[in-house]
Amino acid sequence: MSDLRLILAGLGRKPLRTGLLVFAIFIAFLIYGVLAAFQSSLENAAGPSSSNRLVVANRINFTQPLPLAYASRIQNVEGVADVSYSNWFGGYYREQRNFLLTFAIEPESYTRIYSEYVMPEEQRQAFIANRDSVMVGRTVAEQYGWKLGQQIPLSSNIWRRRDGTFVWPVVIRAIYDGKDANTSTGSVFLHYEYLDEGRSFGNDTVGIVQIVTSDASQNDAVAARVDAQFANSRAETETLSEQAFNAAFIDQQGNIGLIILGVTGAAFVTILLIVGNAMAGAIRERTGEIAVMKTLGFTSNRIGRIVVGETLLLALFGGLLGLGLANLLTNVLSGIPALNQFFGGMRITPQIALSAVGFMAALGFITGAIPAFNAMRVNVIAAFRRI
Amino acid sequence: MSDSDLIVLRNIAKTYRRGEESISIFSDLNLTIPSGDFVAMMGPSGSGKTTLLNLLGGLDRPTSGTILFDGAPIEKLSESQLSAWRAANIGFIFQFYNLMPTMSAARNVELPLLLTSLSPSERKKRVKTALEVVGLDNRAGHKPKELSGGQQQRVAIARAIVADPKLILADEPTGDLDRTTAAEILEMLQLLNRELGKTIVMVTHDPAAAKYARRELHLDKGTFEERLT
Ligand SMILES: Nc1ncnc2c1ncn2[C@@H]1O[C@H](COP(=O)(O)OP(=O)(O)OP(=O)(O)O)[C@@H](O)[C@H]1O
Ligand SMILES: [Mg+2]
Repeated sequence: MSDLRLILAGLGRKPLRTGLLVFAIFIAFLIYGVLAAFQSSLENAAGPSSSNRLVVANRINFTQPLPLAYASRIQNVEGVADVSYSNWFGGYYREQRNFLLTFAIEPESYTRIYSEYVMPEEQRQAFIANRDSVMVGRTVAEQYGWKLGQQIPLSSNIWRRRDGTFVWPVVIRAIYDGKDANTSTGSVFLHYEYLDEGRSFGNDTVGIVQIVTSDASQNDAVAARVDAQFANSRAETETLSEQAFNAAFIDQQGNIGLIILGVTGAAFVTILLIVGNAMAGAIRERTGEIAVMKTLGFTSNRIGRIVVGETLLLALFGGLLGLGLANLLTNVLSGIPALNQFFGGMRITPQIALSAVGFMAALGFITGAIPAFNAMRVNVIAAFRRI
Repeated sequence: MSDSDLIVLRNIAKTYRRGEESISIFSDLNLTIPSGDFVAMMGPSGSGKTTLLNLLGGLDRPTSGTILFDGAPIEKLSESQLSAWRAANIGFIFQFYNLMPTMSAARNVELPLLLTSLSPSERKKRVKTALEVVGLDNRAGHKPKELSGGQQQRVAIARAIVADPKLILADEPTGDLDRTTAAEILEMLQLLNRELGKTIVMVTHDPAAAKYARRELHLDKGTFEERLT
C-alpha cells in the first residue's frame, strides 16, 4: 500500500503529462469498446448461433437457391436430429428505406430449433396455424408500433406475386423476445408456404437448410455426409457450422473484424510508443530521485515494481474511463429507435470488457518494462556525480 | 579492536578503471571510528572523501580490504542485503538535500520508514518526532520548493534520523548554505551526536565547520592525518 503512494507521487510529478497520457489511452479504449460492441452486434444480427446447428447452403454462394426437396433428404442423413429451412425475403415496410430483416421459414420446425426466440406458446401456435402470419421481433414491433393481430402490408424487393404486385398482406400473430440480451430481436418471419405459393418465380426452392445434429461432436461428420450426398448434383451444397455461416454473412458487409483489428491495433501501437517513450523520459528525469531512494535502502526490484505500477495505473485508469464511456455511448445508440435495427444488440459484453482489461494490463506491462529496467539499473554513485 | 568500535577499515584499497589506465585512490587505508564519534573529514578535491563515504555507506565496494560495521564485514553482502543494511543502519545527508520534489516534508521524512514494518500510525508519530527534533513540525505539509535551503537540509536531517540509524554520513551538508544557516545545521548535528549518541562522519571543505566535530581527519594522497579539535 505504501508503494501506491510512491506510484501516485511519480505520476503526480508532471500532472499535465500524466493527464495527456491518460487521455491518449482513454481515446484508444473508447474506440476499441465501440468497435468491438459494434462487431458483436453484427454477429448477433446475423442470427443466433448454437454449437450443434449447421447451415446448408449452395456451394456456389449462399445467395443461390437449393431445391426444397433437399430438406427432407437431409432429414434422413445419419446424425441429423432436426431440420428446418428458410428463404431470404428482402422485406420492407411501406417504403424501401424501412428495410426489414425478413425470412420466409417453415414455422413449426424453425421456432422449435431457434429456442432463442421466446414468446407465449399460444402466440407461437397462432403463428404456426395461420398461413398469413408473421412473427416479429420486439425491437421491430416497437420501432413501428405494431400490435398483435394487426394486419400490415409487407413488401418485398425481390418476390413479385402472381398478380404482379410486390405487397404481401400479413397479420402479426407473435412477437418474440430474445432469450438473453445477446439475442437480437430485429427480424421478421413469415410462412415459407405463403411465399412459395404466391411468388411468380423461384418456386420449390429455399435459401438455406438448417440442421440440428444429434451432438456437436458429430458436426463435421454430418456436414461431410450432407455435402457428399449432393456432390455432382445440379446444386452442390456447402455445410458450415452456424457460427462460420454467420461470419461469412457478416463478411458480405465488409470485414468488420479486420477493420477493428486494424484500427485498434494501430491505436494500440501508437499509444504504446507514446506512453513508453514518455515514461522512459520521466524515469530519466527522475534518475536523481531514484538514486536517493536506492541510497535510503529501496531495492532495485522494488523500484522496478513502482515504475511498472505507474504505467499499469495509467493504462487501467485511462482504459477503464474509455471503456466506461464506450458503454454509455453504446447504450445511448442502441436506445435510439431509428438505429435500433442495426445497433440494437450493441453493447459492451463481459467478453469485450475482459479482453479490454487484458489489453490494458498488457499496455501497462509493456510500456513499463523498459523504464523499469532503466530505473533498476540506475547506479547510485554515477548518479550522484552527475547531480 | 574494542567493542565500542562502530567502524573498522582494514587495508582498504580502491582503484577505478578508466579504459586502459587504472587510478588508485587509496592503496592501504586503515581507520577506526568508535561509536559516538563525530568525525570531520577534510582534504583536497579529488582526494577520495566522497569515495570513502560511499564505501562506509555500502554504496560502493572496496577493491580489496575489509570494512567492519559493528564487528561484521559488509563488503560481502549482496546488493539487496546491502539495501536492507543501509535502511537499518545508515542515515544520509547530502549537499543538495535531495528531497523528493513532489512530496511534502512529512512524506519525505517518512520515506525510510516505508522500508520498515511500522504501522502508519507509528510512522506518523516517528515523523512528527523527527520533525520536532529539527524544529520543523510546523512545516510538515510544505513541499521542498516552499522551503528555504536551510529548512530543506533540516528536513533531510529529519529523514536521516527517523529510522534511528547508528551512523550518519554527511557529504558537505553545509556546502550550499550561508554562514548563519550552516551554523544552525552544524549545531543540530552536534546535538544529534551529543544528545542522541549518533555516530557522524561529515565531509567538509570548511575548517570552521570541522570545528563542530570531535576530531578532524585529513585525507591526502591516500592516507589520513589526524588533528583533534
Ligand atoms: N567512477 C569513477 N571512475 C573513475 N574515477 C573516479 C570515479 N569516481 C571517482 N573517481 C575519481 O576518484 C577520485 C576521488 O573522487 P572523490 O569524489 O571521492 O573525491 P572528493 O574527495 O570527494 O572530491 P571533492 O572534494 O571534489 O568532492 C577523483 O580523482 C575522481 O576523479
Ligand atoms: Mg566529494
